[in-house]
Amino acid sequence: MTNHWNDIANSDCMMAIGSNPAENHPAAFGHITEAKERGAKLISVDPRFTRTSAKADIYAQMRSGTDIAFIGGMIKYVLDDMDKNPENYNIVYVTEYTNASFLINPDFQGAVDLDGTFSGYDSSQRSYDRTTWKYQYDESGIPKRDKTLTDPNCVFQLLKKHFARYDADICCNITGADKATYLDICRTYAATGKPGKSGTIMYAMGTTQHTNGTQMIRSYVILQLLLGNIGVAGGGINALRGESNVQGSTDMCLLAHILPGYLKQPINKDQTLEEHNNRVLTSYYTNNDDKSLNWWKNYPKYMASLIKAWYRDVTPSEGYQYLPKTTKPYNDYSWIGLFEAMYDGVIKGLMCWGQNPAVCGPNVNMERKALEKLDWLVAVDLWETETAAFWNRSDVNPADINTEVFLLPAAASYEKEGSVTNSGRWMQWRYKAVSPVGEAKADLEIINALVLKLKELYEQEGGPLAEAITKLTWDYGGSHPDVHMVAKEVNGRDLSTGKLLGSFGALKDDGTTISGNWLYCASYTEAGNMSARRNPDPGMFNIGLYPEWGWCWPVNRRIIYNRASVDLDGNPWDSEQPVIKWNPTKGESGGWDGDIPDGGAPPVNQGGYYAFIMQAEGHSRLFGALNDGPFPEHYEPWESPVENLLSGTQNDPAFKIWDSDMDHKGDPGRYPIVATTYRISEHWQAGQMTRNLPWLVELMPELFIELSEELAAEKGIVNGGRVIVETARGSVEGVAMVTKRFQPFKLNGRVVHEVGIPWHWGYTGLSTGDSANVLTPHVGDANTMIPEYKAFLCNVRKA
Amino acid sequence: MPKAMLFDSSKCMACRGCQVACKQWWELPAVPTTNQGTYENPPDLSAETWNRIKFTEIGNNGTVRWLFTRQSCMHCTEAACVNVCPVYARSPHELGFVTIDQERCIGCGRCVEYCPFGVPKLGNYDVSPRIRVELGTPRTVTYNCQLCRDRVEDGLIPACAKTCPPGAIQFGERADLVEQGRARVNALKATYPKAYLYGENELGGLHVMFVLTDEPGVHGLPENPQVGTYPDFSANELPVWYIEAIDEGKLPVLPSLGPLPGLPATPPAQELGWGAAALWSWLGIGVVGIGAALGWAIRRRVAHGEEKPKTQED
Repeated sequence: MTNHWNDIANSDCMMAIGSNPAENHPAAFGHITEAKERGAKLISVDPRFTRTSAKADIYAQMRSGTDIAFIGGMIKYVLDDMDKNPENYNIVYVTEYTNASFLINPDFQGAVDLDGTFSGYDSSQRSYDRTTWKYQYDESGIPKRDKTLTDPNCVFQLLKKHFARYDADICCNITGADKATYLDICRTYAATGKPGKSGTIMYAMGTTQHTNGTQMIRSYVILQLLLGNIGVAGGGINALRGESNVQGSTDMCLLAHILPGYLKQPINKDQTLEEHNNRVLTSYYTNNDDKSLNWWKNYPKYMASLIKAWYRDVTPSEGYQYLPKTTKPYNDYSWIGLFEAMYDGVIKGLMCWGQNPAVCGPNVNMERKALEKLDWLVAVDLWETETAAFWNRSDVNPADINTEVFLLPAAASYEKEGSVTNSGRWMQWRYKAVSPVGEAKADLEIINALVLKLKELYEQEGGPLAEAITKLTWDYGGSHPDVHMVAKEVNGRDLSTGKLLGSFGALKDDGTTISGNWLYCASYTEAGNMSARRNPDPGMFNIGLYPEWGWCWPVNRRIIYNRASVDLDGNPWDSEQPVIKWNPTKGESGGWDGDIPDGGAPPVNQGGYYAFIMQAEGHSRLFGALNDGPFPEHYEPWESPVENLLSGTQNDPAFKIWDSDMDHKGDPGRYPIVATTYRISEHWQAGQMTRNLPWLVELMPELFIELSEELAAEKGIVNGGRVIVETARGSVEGVAMVTKRFQPFKLNGRVVHEVGIPWHWGYTGLSTGDSANVLTPHVGDANTMIPEYKAFLCNVRKA
Repeated sequence: MPKAMLFDSSKCMACRGCQVACKQWWELPAVPTTNQGTYENPPDLSAETWNRIKFTEIGNNGTVRWLFTRQSCMHCTEAACVNVCPVYARSPHELGFVTIDQERCIGCGRCVEYCPFGVPKLGNYDVSPRIRVELGTPRTVTYNCQLCRDRVEDGLIPACAKTCPPGAIQFGERADLVEQGRARVNALKATYPKAYLYGENELGGLHVMFVLTDEPGVHGLPENPQVGTYPDFSANELPVWYIEAIDEGKLPVLPSLGPLPGLPATPPAQELGWGAAALWSWLGIGVVGIGAALGWAIRRRVAHGEEKPKTQED
């Protein structure tokens, strides 16, 4: 989240799209309720009417996978309305804080010119050469701009041209939204464009889990930037993370393309640390404009401090040599790529830590089969998960499976001490309440024992690249590690003084500082453990910053990009709910009141830097290069019952298509119904933590499938009866929930049905049933490879 | 001052944390359920389920609404269950709850039959380790929400209110909550013209009030609920164990109104004493014979059966 949970209460309009906070973030729904009590509007956009929709002021139906059409039409509405009623928008914000005024290479061609693709596309590689997507630069290497926003090559004009096709009629014909409702949403949300008003977009897996999910988020960002909603209280682009610590695990490099703190994963070409740093800086963070702070220019300091945290006794350059380098494209290291490699017999062992792929993996029949090909599997969990018991599922003979499975019992959250970082980037310390049951151990105990044993074995026996293990610094207190020592290393210290560092500003690239994650530098200082603070004071301006409750990365900044919440003189756009405010009388030469500003420099008009300090050009990007284009363009999901109404390009042109003998694509003739998967309040993820609790099983005892009354009538299915859903990958059976909350979509004169299936079930636990992922395909997003769980084709029949 | 609960249907998003918190605090077992084509479960209140959320789907020309309404004891001022109970197993607490002494309960089922909301349910004497019933077991007794009387007596709020994320369940002074409920209803009227504060006046005033977005019937609540009339209870219907327990002094002739059976808390008598003190003073004697008391108790029920419904003050 750019903002944080409590800040939602400051919003004037909240749009839940691709998220269902009432059901999947119920504890946070109080903040939404609080905003509503103050008069804020809640908009719910979802294929089916959910418990969030039940609380919404406006609900619009949207076919799964059509977010870009839905939001694209809103962007067009705003752009058109900006021409007619500029006084209702913050044009200064758009001109000064976004790249609207930047001139793009005149050779650039967009989706209008190229029938849905952009210049540079190579269909044989399914990838783009981005040469023509670059800014025009002046002789000093500074991007050229036209602040009148009229140059035909400026981003603003290109944006208008791109979204001109997205009129309300075509958007409703693609999405299935009711036009009057859609226009109501456009009007209501566009009203947050007025300076002093704020709107927030709350999204989650309903957005990300598509072949073009990243571009859907880009479309939200563009809308938010045009409305001046980034950086302000009650605004932002807010990913509602699905687990208590998923933000923390991402920060600590859960994903294959990054190291802790979003540093880049070294690739094989980066033979030395210097080469790595140079590649990263020239590829992403080149800037010649003195007015842009370009914070990532500090990258080498963070990289050196990270390596030094891992390899204390060698130089950063030497330690760099111990880091693994990737040799293949990112896709091959992502979830789907890893399971394809297991299926192909390339990967022989799997440590499955708090994960349950035998339920949650896409095309799960294939992923279960992939587990059968492993030599060994280690499952670390609270229960014997479906993954740990994959060899004992009903359709296999255990004697035929040679995988050796180790099940390590893990301590639950209340049985161990440590921190979690929530959706809003708040790091909060937790304490151990009770001791683990039986032989269960805290994760830190388990990894510590494993690493110490590996070090011992590598020292005794050697092996390829043994030094990467033997030289690893691992000193957290011996056989019973101290989690505070880990937290202090994550923060970082000055090796010459031994003192904990107060902020990442003190990190150096010469090997004299360490920090396990530069973003967390300032979380555990000489003043103590900042994440353990529990001061309930809401802080300045009464917008609920809670500056001394826990700690927030970066540097306790509660709302990031907050320099965009003020004008060029440092005065807040919203005088009632400011985030920061320039105070000329503060200190010797003035200072900021409120939240920790993005960089301490004075306002732009007083010599300060551009507002978006993390971007090389200092401006937020309406035009921004992703693998599948610089602007979001609507494409149909990989499996879709309809043709793309906007262009001749049916699917996202750049996502990877896998082709094992278990990867099948459904034909709309045989599978004419759209299907989607989701979660419900009563169960949690792959279900182990809830399907083993009788009280929760009582609430939601069985797998069910939601479908409309019309589809049920067509298929002879009755409410409460049994129904089978089939896709090209497999079939599941569940209880039919026939409901008015699922309405057939009317798409360009044609009726299309959609059904919905929660994916929490599996074959172990108190409540068992099929995993909905038997149905889902092994394709993923063009930029992140997150699997397409949300839009695919099926057929349904009475069981 | 009477306490009360205010349930706001416009804020409830049916996460059902309240259902689980209730079972957790009272150590009530899960009941086996199946999916009946609705999110709602268990399908009804029971000895093991004292609180649940009802899901009501309303469709109209392609638009749909989904109402979420609490179902649990209303803690009526004119409480049918108190009036019909022949053995004083149900009594009004001065803080506004209707409390149940399962040890006294003979399982006659009159409260189950005559509650206008269908709330009390019969179940085995041992559904929860938190509620100890020792006399005459095994046998059947009645159960329902007691507004977490034990928690409230210790200065806490009921478990369901404590867990409710959007603050749809408020607990506090009844007078304050009436004000709050009226204000909320007024605010909702712009969107929901039929918004209504249910329980402000129904049955002498409920101690669980509802902010409703629609008419009570739409939420599955009776419009204008009444205590109604009910037949006599004959002393012949009293179980032997009960008469013996009274005879042997194991059960007081009239309810002690002390702490819940099986719970350690022993709050000061003056905070609990409405029932006992009022009844004793009404009788005007310190001690009465067992037979006389039973006779009085049963006669009182007979009288109620013949007259119009009574309030606690009669």
